[in-house]
Amino acid sequence: MSVRVLRPGLLTTLQDLGRFGMQHLGIVPCGAMDPVAHRIANALVGNPATTATLECTVLGPQLVFGRDSLVAFYGAKFEARVGGNAFPCNRPVLVRAGTVLATGAATRGARAYLAIAGGFRVPEVLGSLSTYIPAGFGGLMGRALKAGDTIPGADDLGELSASRFEMIARRGSREVSGMRTVRWMAPELTLPRGEGFAVRTMEGRHHGQFDAASRDAFFGESWRVSPDSNRMGYRLQGPQLTRVKAVEILSEPTCLGTVQVPNDGIPIALMADHQTTGGYPKIAEIAGADIPGLAQLAPGGHVRFVKCTLEEAQTARRTAQGRVRFVEQAIRWTLGS
Amino acid sequence: MAPPLPRVVQLGDAAVLVDFSDTLDLAVNARIQQLAEAIRRRRVPWIRDVVPALGCLALHFDPERYEPLLSPLEAAAALVKDCLARRLPNLDDLAHQVEVPVCHDAAFAPDLAEVAERCKLGIDEVIRRHCASPHRVLMVGFAPGHPYIGGLDKMLSVPRRTTPRPTVIAGSVAIANAQSVVYPFTISGGWSIIGRTPLRIFDAAREPPALMAPGDRVQFTAIGREEFDRLAKAEKSNGTAA
Repeated sequence: MSVRVLRPGLLTTLQDLGRFGMQHLGIVPCGAMDPVAHRIANALVGNPATTATLECTVLGPQLVFGRDSLVAFYGAKFEARVGGNAFPCNRPVLVRAGTVLATGAATRGARAYLAIAGGFRVPEVLGSLSTYIPAGFGGLMGRALKAGDTIPGADDLGELSASRFEMIARRGSREVSGMRTVRWMAPELTLPRGEGFAVRTMEGRHHGQFDAASRDAFFGESWRVSPDSNRMGYRLQGPQLTRVKAVEILSEPTCLGTVQVPNDGIPIALMADHQTTGGYPKIAEIAGADIPGLAQLAPGGHVRFVKCTLEEAQTARRTAQGRVRFVEQAIRWTLGS
Repeated sequence: MAPPLPRVVQLGDAAVLVDFSDTLDLAVNARIQQLAEAIRRRRVPWIRDVVPALGCLALHFDPERYEPLLSPLEAAAALVKDCLARRLPNLDDLAHQVEVPVCHDAAFAPDLAEVAERCKLGIDEVIRRHCASPHRVLMVGFAPGHPYIGGLDKMLSVPRRTTPRPTVIAGSVAIANAQSVVYPFTISGGWSIIGRTPLRIFDAAREPPALMAPGDRVQFTAIGREEFDRLAKAEKSNGTAA
């Protein structure tokens, strides 16, 4: 037994960086909604970026660790406690066998990632551990965690955790209510600051089909993430968008960040579990660099779309990639690996 | 005269669409399938998904592995141009022939009688024409393994239903918009259901997971209820719980 689920939380799923190469068979990449936070969580316990983590959404799970485990809980700010004490987030923590980690509501951001040294041992499906709930495959039996589930960790989880933490502790460690951790923490990378997250966005290929008022509204108004948003897409509440002429569009490929507008005029930003093709007009395409930040918006959060060019989006992506790699490298260096 | 070059347009900042046509044309789609295969054969390290669709083709990049000095749009356009300038792979060499048995019992075909009436044909004639049509998979999308199949007999032309059904049972075979679909999962759907196959259309634990891939030829064959039940049972014992 490695990790047992006492309470599952709102939507807790195993995710990695996704499954690629099969979109022509309608198989969506899935993967962590905030891949940056997923990567940093892994880095904090000495895992490669490709190792699966537990994606916790808005209301986190309550878990008990069956062995001594090196873990990190990184991403959105969640209430997280062990016994009566606060659990140290955003850093490597060695918890003792039997420790109960009780996470509560997210207080800032929407998604945090729990990484464990050596990762989780569930069968790979089509090249990935990512859970795809709509078709029921990947992760733990193709579904979100339920109370009573046991998620196996590495066979040598106890030894691996101890040896990795020993390396980390050489640069100093401290004891917090039975847990061992460090004096530093990883910086925040993806949590939007302040009210109204500004998302860099390119015009979509059907942008010109919308009437002038709709085009202005899309880039001018503030949009609210609707409560019926999920891993497939964020529905955005705001002015209704209409096309000059509702010409039928042949179903065509979509991608992460495509903003499509169904006939009801309510735009949907496609997220990690999006369908691979769709027949709705594409008013915009969100810059890849701002997807992790968008993934940290909970329902009720607000976004504005700021127009950018393809070149600006590509530069933003390279900058963001560079920043993540820098932080990963700094963590590795600090961990002594 | 060589067909005109497709337009390469951006799809976000990590993909492009190679746009051939905004109307459905089976010859154009066949060319899209050929181009998709030609690009796959190049094994370009920064392209991780090649997705042929009805009138266009998407190339999804791996941003971590993008190497060329050109912008992705220019690099993709150059790649497409180069592939199209050479001899494209023969579609029939690379596509499979997939036989899909369909039971048209009334319980499985809630819209068959309506389709027959609309098309002014007998029910048996609708079935005969659907089985005789030279079907080919144009695109797989909407859900894992969900094929859009072209080549439907012109007499079987029906539009999409005005009100989609909230649930269509997995395996249902339906027609609309000059195409056929086979539902891999029990999902909502707005096409006219004319039968059901006992075959598992998608199984994540099977290799390959999707029964039908883009470019495949599809032969629908009519089966009776007994044969359906026998095949359904065999599929169940072969299958692994997804």
